Amino acid sequence: MPVNIRIPTPLRKLTNNEEVVEVQAGTIASALVELQSRFPGVQERLLDEKGEVRRFVNVYVNEEDIRFLQQQETLLKDGDEVSIIPAIAGG
Amino acid sequence: MEKHEGFMKALKCRECGREYPLAATHVCEFDFGPLEVAYDYDRIKKSLTRAAIEKRPQTMWRYRELLPIAGEPTVGFQVGFTPLVKADRLAKRLGIRELWIKNDTVNYPTLSFKDRVVSVALSRARELGFKVVACASTGNLANSVAANAAAAGLKSFVFIPSDLEQGKVINSLVYGANVIGIKGHYDEVNRLCAEIAGKFGWAFVNVNMRPYYAEGSKSMGFEIVEQLGWRAPQHTVVPMASGSLLTKIHKSYQEFMKLGIIPESRYHVHGAQATGCSPISVAQKAGLDFFKPVKPNTIAKSLAIGTPADGFYALKVMKETGAVAEDVSDDELREGIKLLAEYEGIFAETAGGVTVGVAKKLIASGRIPADDSVVLCITGNGLKTLDAVVGHTGRAREIKPSLREFEALINAEGELSAAI
Repeated sequence: MPVNIRIPTPLRKLTNNEEVVEVQAGTIASALVELQSRFPGVQERLLDEKGEVRRFVNVYVNEEDIRFLQQQETLLKDGDEVSIIPAIAGG
Repeated sequence: MEKHEGFMKALKCRECGREYPLAATHVCEFDFGPLEVAYDYDRIKKSLTRAAIEKRPQTMWRYRELLPIAGEPTVGFQVGFTPLVKADRLAKRLGIRELWIKNDTVNYPTLSFKDRVVSVALSRARELGFKVVACASTGNLANSVAANAAAAGLKSFVFIPSDLEQGKVINSLVYGANVIGIKGHYDEVNRLCAEIAGKFGWAFVNVNMRPYYAEGSKSMGFEIVEQLGWRAPQHTVVPMASGSLLTKIHKSYQEFMKLGIIPESRYHVHGAQATGCSPISVAQKAGLDFFKPVKPNTIAKSLAIGTPADGFYALKVMKETGAVAEDVSDDELREGIKLLAEYEGIFAETAGGVTVGVAKKLIASGRIPADDSVVLCITGNGLKTLDAVVGHTGRAREIKPSLREFEALINAEGELSAAI
């Protein structure tokens, strides 16, 4: 199903400066696979060697952190909005 | 010829260790990890000794080798070396043997610990050739950037949530800073600033200058150690917003031990949050090493960061030092403000109330044993957050300028008679 993924600034070099990318995916994991196939290199930046989302990368489905949903197995439905946000400095 | 970078070696990713040049950059391009300044500790060891420190002026710059600028400071020469107050009356009230207040409510020039980080960030920004400085802030940082930029002749932009306390807004505007109020939480201000920083060539002290900026907080820990007579306290209680200060207090103790300035000793660095914005405290109490972001709802606006950037590292430090986190309600933090004021004559802002309130809980529950020594990091001045206590203090009695009226008042109010 069509889902929009918001791409953070540091990754836009890899997505030809596209800020929002539409993918067809039923879970976060499959959405990331599709992103990687269209924009090679993206997956390595987002996932560690064990295939888990890097600690300083936050992935949200409709503003809820996937760490508190089903991680990468979180189900996506039509029209969901996925945001990828690097952890940002506080202060 | 190699560029002179003082005692700094490189910027280094805290996650993967990849090194980067000492530029205005803060995120590892590979894994998004935060960058941190790496130092040449062998050279520092030759230059930084107790004797050398004690001869220097009483400012945060007496620990200059461990602060990340290449040359001499050009902003904020007089910052730091705030009083460490032996708080015997409050100690007795809370039931603890030895209690100290590190009193940054009187830090120069804007009455919060933020002057420490800003003097480093702006001195470094000048070295890197910036003419415009900026920040995303919950208030205190904005005040400090505005004032220190004005004194240094730099142009400043400060971005704050639009619902901040009036005192904190005026305290930025008065210096001629460009103040931008954002209709949203600090976390939204921060996300916007990350995008602005990428687009405009400014020195954003807590975005692209963060590796330098954050190190300034260590000076608070160095001073605590020196003012205690060259020892680390057994317990330090630190307010947590992003969690950065807690990690840097820990780092300051570690560096002094590593350099042989103080002997190795066991210490605990505890974290304090407001219950209305307590992602780090909730995670620590649940035994997790990650936190769930929250939408802040507390009067402790200076701590209202729902997605704390250093939350992971703060949790790690607490785990490593055998410390805990705790949180207090708005009523409890107001009580903390009053305790500090009534027992020690120090008027702290809401974050200070949080720190005192949490210390009270930790002592009462035995998590800080009654026979130990404790330092509370009090980071900002109560005059900036009057809104938080209006209506919660006593009230002034009004009378005519007449002795008879005064005597009538005294007789009418038992509490006043008792004071005679």
